[in-house]
Amino acid sequence: MRQLYRWVFEPGFFSSQPVHVALVLGAIVAVVSGVVGIFTVVRGQSFAGHALTDVSTAGGSGAFLVGMSPVIGFVGLGVVAAVVMDLIGARRERGRDLATGIVLGASIGLAALFLYLDTTKSATTGAAQHILFGSIFTTAPGTVPVVVGFGLVALAIVALLYRPMLLSSVSDDIAAARGVPLARVGVLFMVALAVAVGLSSLAIGAILSTALLVGPAATALRLTKRVGPAMLLASGIGVGGTWLGVLLAYDSSSWGSSHEGLPVSFFIVAVLFVTYLAVSLSPRTGRRS
Amino acid sequence: MWGGVMTDTWLVATLVAVIAGVVGFFVVLRGAAFPAHAIPNGAFAGAAAAYVLGFNTLVGLGVCAVLSALGIGTLGRRGRHDVVTALALVMLLAAGAALLSHSTEYQPQIYSLLFGEVLGVSRQELVPVAALGAVCLGALAVLYRPLMLSSIVPEIGEAKGVSSHRIELAFLVVVAVATTMTVPVVGALLIFSLMIGPPAAARCFTDRPLAALPLSVAIALATVWVAIAASYETNWPIGFFVGTIGALAYGVGRGWMAWRRGRTVRGSRASTNIGAWPGSAPGWTADDGG
Repeated sequence: MRQLYRWVFEPGFFSSQPVHVALVLGAIVAVVSGVVGIFTVVRGQSFAGHALTDVSTAGGSGAFLVGMSPVIGFVGLGVVAAVVMDLIGARRERGRDLATGIVLGASIGLAALFLYLDTTKSATTGAAQHILFGSIFTTAPGTVPVVVGFGLVALAIVALLYRPMLLSSVSDDIAAARGVPLARVGVLFMVALAVAVGLSSLAIGAILSTALLVGPAATALRLTKRVGPAMLLASGIGVGGTWLGVLLAYDSSSWGSSHEGLPVSFFIVAVLFVTYLAVSLSPRTGRRS
Repeated sequence: MWGGVMTDTWLVATLVAVIAGVVGFFVVLRGAAFPAHAIPNGAFAGAAAAYVLGFNTLVGLGVCAVLSALGIGTLGRRGRHDVVTALALVMLLAAGAALLSHSTEYQPQIYSLLFGEVLGVSRQELVPVAALGAVCLGALAVLYRPLMLSSIVPEIGEAKGVSSHRIELAFLVVVAVATTMTVPVVGALLIFSLMIGPPAAARCFTDRPLAALPLSVAIALATVWVAIAASYETNWPIGFFVGTIGALAYGVGRGWMAWRRGRTVRGSRASTNIGAWPGSAPGWTADDGG
């Protein structure tokens, strides 16, 4: 029994400071991503969510360049881009992917420039790796309050928009007839999405944060069709996946001979992806949608 | 800037721009921006594996790109297309990162695979790029009519015996081949900018597919040429210029559209059309395919 315990939790797992920070941050980020993710999947805005992750790459590397905390960059530029995407036609079904693509293309370009300037400025190539693929273990404990603050903002927006969003996800026409200001709801939701993406960028890296946003939500929606329970379930799956990923990454340093360990983001993404595949390919739940 | 090494760069970049312009035209037409973004990222994992295991990068890129195209095509049939695409894409990126994270010596490779290394193109790369490009163009020439039909009016296509699922798969594989040849040059993230910006801009200027296609190629060429020159002069990454010029071209296109619409329908204020792009404009019928 004891050996099994030792084998599952490598010695020092519970007394390590970076692990504590990682577990707390991971849980907050997973809850926010799970709740926002449900509406992202229901409204079919996965691409917008993903595009925002590349925008946060630009934001994060820009913040690194001027010496600010990456959280500010991740969230700040994301919110700006979200509003721009909405303005140039993110609302229309057909023009939406295109508008998203254009903003995405431009922000990738910006990210390329910032990352290049980062590497020439600090003479290390680690910055690109860090911003793109993240590492929850190296996050400073001081960022926790900032993350909590942004997380609450995103959750408050979703709470505020809950009923009108439900209505407009079912049918835009009915919602408009009931007097729901669709344009305003759309912009506000994009802002919440940008905040959620920014936070998960911090946890698992800018270009991988889509996994945390879409993975648990899509899995939960396979299991239940009701939005409220799905949000709870998605948050649960997200927190579970993140913690399991942190544990696996911590343990992985003792696998093999190199003692280096694989990146934590890889494990989180892999756990979430396998969960989604298992749920969607299992005969009982897979057929439903 | 025009010297020996640079000749190869100009040649390869020109090839890349032509392919991106043509393939991108169909990407925009089909609204397939998301798969077009996902496939290059899948290819990134393949290239990463090739670096670590020590075999030819182009093989790794090609195998992974085609596999992810087929995966997105078949998985998307069962569930929501965009969710599957997003998850597959992120999983592949993470796998690539994990492979390369094993040693810090690969970090420059990560950057160049994602953002491109056009100034380092060598003569050996010229032949495979040209060959794959020819394959792409040939496949698109064969697929042209059914592709047009199923992109614009899928119902009529189905009625005429064009299976939209099979066309979708075939098209995704073409995107994968185009990706294989272009990723080493402009990078996984930027090939996407090149496939979206110029074609989207071209569609703002004309409603006719046969005019939009060459225009899209021309804009892509201009984008790449200006980007190379600017990148050479400033030493900044080419990706920045490709991304910015692509978005600028689209901005100019939208401005042109708004100006023209303002001139033709002044007074009657067709406000229902604001924000729409000519996806449903009358010129876009399958008959234009010739």
